[in-house]
Amino acid sequence: MSLSRAKARKRQRMYIIGAVLLAVAGAAALILTAFEDSVVFFFSPTEIIEKSPIDPDQRLRIGGLVVEGSVQKLQDGKTIAFAVTDMAETVPISYSGILPDLFREGQGVVAEGHMNAEGTFVASEVLAKHDENYMPPEVAESLKKSGYWEEIEAKNAEQMRN
Amino acid sequence: MHRFAKPSVFLKLTDPILPWLAGATAILIAAGLYFALFASPIDYQQGDTVRIMYLHVPAAWMGLFCYVGMAICGAMSLIWKHPLADICARATAPIGATFTALCLITGSLWGEPMWGTWWVWDARLTSMLILLFLYLGYIALVNAFDDPERGSKAGSALALVGAINVPIVKFSVDWWNTLHQPASIVRMDGPAVDPSMQLPLALMILGFTSYYFVVLILRVRLELNERRIRALQLSGMFDERPDHKDAGSRNYEAGHNMEANQ
Repeated sequence: MSLSRAKARKRQRMYIIGAVLLAVAGAAALILTAFEDSVVFFFSPTEIIEKSPIDPDQRLRIGGLVVEGSVQKLQDGKTIAFAVTDMAETVPISYSGILPDLFREGQGVVAEGHMNAEGTFVASEVLAKHDENYMPPEVAESLKKSGYWEEIEAKNAEQMRN
Repeated sequence: MHRFAKPSVFLKLTDPILPWLAGATAILIAAGLYFALFASPIDYQQGDTVRIMYLHVPAAWMGLFCYVGMAICGAMSLIWKHPLADICARATAPIGATFTALCLITGSLWGEPMWGTWWVWDARLTSMLILLFLYLGYIALVNAFDDPERGSKAGSALALVGAINVPIVKFSVDWWNTLHQPASIVRMDGPAVDPSMQLPLALMILGFTSYYFVVLILRVRLELNERRIRALQLSGMFDERPDHKDAGSRNYEAGHNMEANQ
């Protein structure tokens, strides 16, 4: 009799713990969905275009792949202009400062700054965002030769969009 | 399950395992470090910096692994009131906290040269920092009560509620935009790490995991022995008696083995 009551109490405790955990998980899911805009670290070029015109006073981050052939130094000698893309939309960026070592064409970057009236993103900081692939240089070479590289870059661009 | 969770059975079972596990830990980590630092290729874009991964990824894995273990022990201690589960949860917390801190430190050292920043408040980094705070909060909470049972109740509740953070850490890079790259190892399409880099990574992960079990066993044994000493002290076995000078130690031995030999 007392044994079965102890068992029932244990079962009851298990149910209570399960119910509390479900409730907390539900609350966490709701909170994280509600604040999605502040949980994401950056916006994709597509989201920036959708939101524009954006108030120049609003600081935000934009992330995308550096468009091949878009990087150029402006006449003043310190401003760098390039464009980032998620393969759907492209946003031009201007930046004067030190670029991370991994910055190059085709590489993922995240820039922090604001949109100016002309639709150019004026960055005050540029960070490199590399992908999840790790490989020796020889493997990277053979992937580039076999044409598989474009597939990886297309996937990286898709990563920027979600 | 309860049969195996008795302190005496724990001592008897872990006694022969411990030296083997300690040996395996030493070999795995030594071999892992050799491959990680010398006998593995550089990365095509990160160069030698990629070697930080062999510490960073296993530390991150252990941070999550230890937390899951701590939460399960916490649940068992709440539901079945088993003292050994509570001891295991308490013993795991500082180990997991250390691994999590190691993950954050190596990640910061890796982020500066590669991303161009020591720290950003993206979802992965922030949720990992919260994991460290959960460990520290657990350690503070279980020790905040005069009555250890109340401490372990509150701590177990915190560990369980905090377990929500574990899937958030893991999937943060899939659910939201982050500066941190998506998962490289546990993912749908199989590992995105070249096979030549998987060996040192696997060795280090196994080495860290078995290191955790070595330290866990040592810490649990220490706690069991301390509790026995306390119980013996309360029972007056250590009281000075002028005619039996070494009675205390003999009685301690008797008391120590009494439970283990049951």
